[in-house]
Amino acid sequence: MYGVGILKGLGVTIRHFFNTYVEDLRYVGKKLNSTQEFERRQGAGSSGIYTVQYPEEKIAVPERFRFVPFLVVEDDDHPERPGHDWCTACGICAKVCPPQCIWIVRMEDPVTKRPIPQPEAFFIDIDICMNCGFCAEFCPFDAIKMDHDYELADYDRTGVHIHDKDKLSKPFSYWRSIAPTTAWEEAVDRGGWEHIDIIKQKQKTGAPVAKPGAAWDSPYVPPIVPVKEEAPAEAAATGVPAAGAAEAATAATEMPVEDAAKEERRKKREAALARKHAKEQDGEG
Amino acid sequence: MTDQMIAPVRPETVDIDAAIGILKERFPDAVKDDTREGYGGVIVERGQLVEIATVMRDELGFDYLSSATAVDYLGIEDSMEMVYHAYRTTGGSPLVFKAQTPRENSSVPSLIDIWPGVDFQEREAYDLYGIAFPGHPNQKRILMWEGFNGHPMRKDWKEAYYEEEHKPFDSRWPKGMVRRAEELNVYGKNVEYPADFDLSRLSDDTESSLYAGMGLGVNVEALDNTDELKTDRLVVNLGPHHPSTHGVFRMVVTLNGETIETLEPVMGYLHRNHEQIGERNAWLYNMAFTDRLDYICSMSNNLGYALAVEQLMSRGMRYTPPTYRAEVIRVLMVELTRIVNHLWAIGFLLNDLGAFFTPALYAIAEREKILDFFEATAGSRLMCNYMRFGGVFKDLPERIHSTASLLNDKVRDFDTMQYITELITEALPRAVDELDRFLTDSEIVKTRTIGVGYLPAETAIAYSAAGPLLRGSGVAYDVRRAEPYSIYPELDFDVAVRYNGDIYDRYLIRIDEMRESLRILKQILPRLEHTKGESFFAGNKAVYMPRVALGEAYGRVENPKGELGYYVVSQGDPKGPQNPWRYHVRAPSFINLTALGQMCKGQKVADVVAILGSIDIVLGETDR
Repeated sequence: MYGVGILKGLGVTIRHFFNTYVEDLRYVGKKLNSTQEFERRQGAGSSGIYTVQYPEEKIAVPERFRFVPFLVVEDDDHPERPGHDWCTACGICAKVCPPQCIWIVRMEDPVTKRPIPQPEAFFIDIDICMNCGFCAEFCPFDAIKMDHDYELADYDRTGVHIHDKDKLSKPFSYWRSIAPTTAWEEAVDRGGWEHIDIIKQKQKTGAPVAKPGAAWDSPYVPPIVPVKEEAPAEAAATGVPAAGAAEAATAATEMPVEDAAKEERRKKREAALARKHAKEQDGEG
Repeated sequence: MTDQMIAPVRPETVDIDAAIGILKERFPDAVKDDTREGYGGVIVERGQLVEIATVMRDELGFDYLSSATAVDYLGIEDSMEMVYHAYRTTGGSPLVFKAQTPRENSSVPSLIDIWPGVDFQEREAYDLYGIAFPGHPNQKRILMWEGFNGHPMRKDWKEAYYEEEHKPFDSRWPKGMVRRAEELNVYGKNVEYPADFDLSRLSDDTESSLYAGMGLGVNVEALDNTDELKTDRLVVNLGPHHPSTHGVFRMVVTLNGETIETLEPVMGYLHRNHEQIGERNAWLYNMAFTDRLDYICSMSNNLGYALAVEQLMSRGMRYTPPTYRAEVIRVLMVELTRIVNHLWAIGFLLNDLGAFFTPALYAIAEREKILDFFEATAGSRLMCNYMRFGGVFKDLPERIHSTASLLNDKVRDFDTMQYITELITEALPRAVDELDRFLTDSEIVKTRTIGVGYLPAETAIAYSAAGPLLRGSGVAYDVRRAEPYSIYPELDFDVAVRYNGDIYDRYLIRIDEMRESLRILKQILPRLEHTKGESFFAGNKAVYMPRVALGEAYGRVENPKGELGYYVVSQGDPKGPQNPWRYHVRAPSFINLTALGQMCKGQKVADVVAILGSIDIVLGETDR
């Protein structure tokens, strides 16, 4: 009979409509937007429509998610070399970069002109970066990693979209916080949590090396610290003069107003998150 | 002639070597073996190309010309050559033949009368290499515009922002001089016009000169009023900026009343000379660039390129083939991609038919879940960049899991195997069934699609159509079975085929293929469990400068949209070149469009968009 096919199709539509509310009924009387609800509705077995209210809510990205890279530096409270770069300026990341968006200036001894394994300057043009992740994959020192911060839009392309070393540097604890499993796997490969050079040095002298435990038994819980504030402090600690690339560095300076607004948003968010954590802990206790 | 007829074996069934033998016997002066290191097939005297090709098609049974492309051997042989890959639709390896031409005044006879499918490919070679094709009825630029100076794929052509012949560039390390691309490429100084190009022609907006320039042969002033109904011939531009053209794609249509007389696709709006970028790139770099071709199916784009380069690597020393687990993971990803693509294709087809976004959104709801899995495994939802030469980037993660940070707080934590098992055995079959129930019997869909955009089997083969377009016309040709790769020989699945060759059958074939993909995926799951913990990579670790032997290779896969082929040539440095000499993409979206004009002829203008939707193109791949 003509029209049966259409009615059948409309049946599917009406089922979709109701499924959304049927799924809602499961959570009546429970805390709205709980992790369990979110997991269930984002899982493979879910049905009906479930919306995440971006930007008020954001789905946490999986560990391997890759966005514009950052440079790993030691934490500020590192006992031996706080704020020191993990990068040795070997240049492999610049060589494997398909769109060639990485520029590195290797440090030189001013007297002997011999290279020092440290970057004097490091630039990534994030307009060119295609987020392929080759730099992080092939870095032999685990010194460049792909970030999770995907909100890099800006009003001024020319001012802020070439990231310099200050802007790129993020502490190792940040990397452990965004990718605990991957960081743990890499640490197992290296033989310790430290930079590979330090581990080798310690092994030579016979000093104890902090070995990583099991990945899932002892998940690393990072302290909640504002990330961006570390950058200037860290730069001061290393005291690297960016003489060779001063011109480019000035071109890539940040706009203070934009930054302040960003910082404020970040702080608000942090406070909200802390409140939420406290609330959840209360609920469990 | 009679001697050939009474040969004991039917020539159209002999293998490649025997076929080459027959050709050499018939044309002793014109057909020679290609004896260069790492090359195969035959070199054909260009004067006799058409005759030889006729024999290939009619007597030897090579009825399907998959790929035709040009290579510029500047500095090696100082000649250019056209490379053709002809197949039989019954399956098997290709007959590769080449026609060489000097670089100056280069010309190769057109094969359009033998395989009409070379139409766009010859135009592309004319456009990018400047090879003339005497006999081609419509020889003009296809990807670049008329005011472009030179032929950009020639080895001596340099882009406005030219820095060095090959990446990696010296200016990056150890003394990196950071600068923006536009400093090299100053606005206003980056365009050159050909000497004989008249810019004022562009501002001349009378329709007749514009469309006469496009070779349409339509004279708008001389209206055809001989019909009883006294209808005007009318030129209508569909696109380039229209949602139903799936990107920036333009169709110039000549109408008689509402009936289409001619249709000419105009493309290249998204052209970025992908292949030229690929030849400046090192081998590995291109993996990330292939993601950007057909951005819905980046996983299978990756696989095709990996297969092509692995072919080259396998001829060199110290090569280990991908491990079994790597192959299993590859097939898992590729088949999930096929489902993603077909869900999208059906959703968009219904959009084009006017069912705005309800079917499309139902379709992509399940796609989200596949993309979540891709994201957790490869790191990105669309630009996966997951395959490597010899394996994959990383093994499947233990858990699909995310940690709350300052940046985002909606966390998830699934067991990966549990997640994909649930996906493959429950969620996806449910979604496909639902789509089937939703659309297949719908009278509106049937009325709009049955008998529309008819493409008979012979025409589909002649026009080198591939994928669902070819199989929807009754030709059971699937690269996974015709020339198997990876672990497909051991997997149990059928090649879906439908016989009516209209839009409805192209829709049904996508439903069928999703079901077949699910069948494959269900066989993949135990293999995944079984190989758990095994190495996902041949050798120790991916290397960023792989050793690639000299020679040529053609790697092809059955992409969801059709046959995706990569023709790569490794030349130059005898120690193993760091960069591909030639990197050509046989893009299914591009070549499937060759038959568009044929399918639309005589149809109503309202159906054009639906016919285009049923081909399922992505402009990233069409324009490259």
